[in-house]
Amino acid sequence: MRKYVPKDNVQGKSYYTDRFWVAPRVPRTEVEAEGHFAQVLTTLAKLAKEAYVELGQMVIHIDASQNFEVMKTLKEACGYTQCSEQSAVDYLAKDGEFELFYQLLNITEAKRVRVICRIKQNEAIESIEPLYKSANFAEREIFDMFGIKVNNHPFLKRILMPDDWEGHPLLKTYPMIGDEFASWYEVDKIFGKEYRDVIGPENRDQARIERYDTKRFSRVGYEVPFDADISAGETKTDIEYSETVLVDYTKNSGKQLDERR
Amino acid sequence: MQQPNKLTPFFENLNFERDDNTMVINFGPQHPSAHGQLRLVLELDGEQVVKAYPDIGYLHRGIEKMAENMTYNEFLPTTDRLDYIASTSNNYAYALAVEKLIGIEAPRRAQVIRTMLLELNRIISHLFFVATHALDVGAMSVFLYAFREREFAMDLMEDYCGARLTHSAVRIGGVPLDLPTGWLEAAATFCNKIDHEVVHTYGALLNENRIWKMRLEDVGVISAEDALSWGCTGPMLRGSGVNWDIRKEEPYELYPELDFDIPTSDRCDSYGRFMIYMEEMKQSTRIIRQLIPMYKKTEPQLMAHAPQYISAPKEEIMTQNYALMQHFVLVTQGMRPPKGEVYVPTESPKGELGFYIKSEGEPYAYRLKCRAPSFFHTGLLQELLVGTYIADVVTIIGTTNIVFGEVDR
Repeated sequence: MRKYVPKDNVQGKSYYTDRFWVAPRVPRTEVEAEGHFAQVLTTLAKLAKEAYVELGQMVIHIDASQNFEVMKTLKEACGYTQCSEQSAVDYLAKDGEFELFYQLLNITEAKRVRVICRIKQNEAIESIEPLYKSANFAEREIFDMFGIKVNNHPFLKRILMPDDWEGHPLLKTYPMIGDEFASWYEVDKIFGKEYRDVIGPENRDQARIERYDTKRFSRVGYEVPFDADISAGETKTDIEYSETVLVDYTKNSGKQLDERR
Repeated sequence: MQQPNKLTPFFENLNFERDDNTMVINFGPQHPSAHGQLRLVLELDGEQVVKAYPDIGYLHRGIEKMAENMTYNEFLPTTDRLDYIASTSNNYAYALAVEKLIGIEAPRRAQVIRTMLLELNRIISHLFFVATHALDVGAMSVFLYAFREREFAMDLMEDYCGARLTHSAVRIGGVPLDLPTGWLEAAATFCNKIDHEVVHTYGALLNENRIWKMRLEDVGVISAEDALSWGCTGPMLRGSGVNWDIRKEEPYELYPELDFDIPTSDRCDSYGRFMIYMEEMKQSTRIIRQLIPMYKKTEPQLMAHAPQYISAPKEEIMTQNYALMQHFVLVTQGMRPPKGEVYVPTESPKGELGFYIKSEGEPYAYRLKCRAPSFFHTGLLQELLVGTYIADVVTIIGTTNIVFGEVDR
């Protein structure tokens, strides 16, 4: 029977899991009653659903529909003038949701805040580009990598992948070596669809070893016993096979040991 | 559409026929001044840029995807390929993020070595900046001199870890090796050399050079507010008069114990940024000089002791059964950090390099986001280039000091 592989998350997984292992959690502390973070929370008031401090940075959970409002408050009332980073995390398999985070920086106080919101698979998020121009590129990257639509973005277009690409590479359902579309992309683009039969799909498996590849030396007669037939039923091609010959030096005979087939 | 014939051949990079009489030219992705695979689509009115569109992604290798498919230790050498001009700073930023997640601290000697390597990488990167920036603007000889010193710096890196470009010289929890004999003396000599060269060679050739100043002054002007809004960090932000350096403001490693200055400039232009780079090289040598006596006072331990996450030293693995078992589990399965998320910013030579790691308690990161400074500096180009002349485009690309390994990731 074929091994069961979950289709909603095809990323790397440990081959061994301890049934009784419960992963600990990084300590989360309450926001202190006084200090900068407490002030931020009072300014945000009802906009913040949940807040705690994790590894020195405050994390605020908000409602996704209020993200622009929250960012505006944080920028104008709390001095968070820079949005260092924003991106998404794919929780579609577990909760059917994306988690979006905004990493903000207050330069005068040297404090960082992470704002987190969750959206459903086909929901769109409001752009914060009018507040932070760095969102221009960052939101395009979110769209490219996860397919999350951003409303009112000035130029929402793929940024890292080609414009005619299909699929969103950072989704958990997208395999690391690419999908069916990826294996035909270059063939279609360079030669045209009619050459699919002639060329065949691009092999994107990085562990694959080409037998007649004379540049990589993994099969030059070392792993197989002497005199074994290494062609494995393949027919001879025009591609030159490595000309290495093994000579028996031990008995001083100089006899050639393997006859290349 | 162009209709090529014998008299008007097909121009690949030009589009002449537009209603509004502007010309669209395609700059890159194989342009020597584009510092890698940057494609800029520029709309020109005469010689003035009306619209600029930076097109990136030509070096996209899916490093964040690879991080989700590799164990934490496996991924470390991949971070070399982000900012390949100063790869130790990437290794360090990643290692620091993981260390913070699992809650360990590197031993003192490892910290000294790491800080030295970070500053050495800063010098390497800044020399590269001065060299290529000068070359782009048209000063050939500075390129040759700066690359000569950069070779010496890379020799030092080679003496330490064996690699010149992709170092992987930092491990999660410490460093893999101690400094070889004579390395400290060589580093001190190198610092003297850099101090001399920065003032007497590059400084003498460029600082007051009339052509250099004409090409750089008031070119690529960006206000402090814009710089913050566009996510500029590092010299791009300090060049706009904002005194913000993560080494000072949110100190990590040995920086709180070290005495150094943060150069800033109120000029907001390319020349101000160039002066910052020159001054930072001097500050880096100052830091390395302070670290040399600190190294001698440290204990020889190089990796943190945290058997759950980090393999024991080789001697213990080869002699003690339990250390071998731990090592076997850590190599075959990988470490399992606790659940949680962490964002750790560091001051790389280009700006704020941060790693966001979301861990679900598995040996594979659930999500890793690399906050690369150059990505945001590239985004800035679409505003910074508008209104400038085509001759200044190359200067402005040079002054942002973008490296495409980390733009495209």
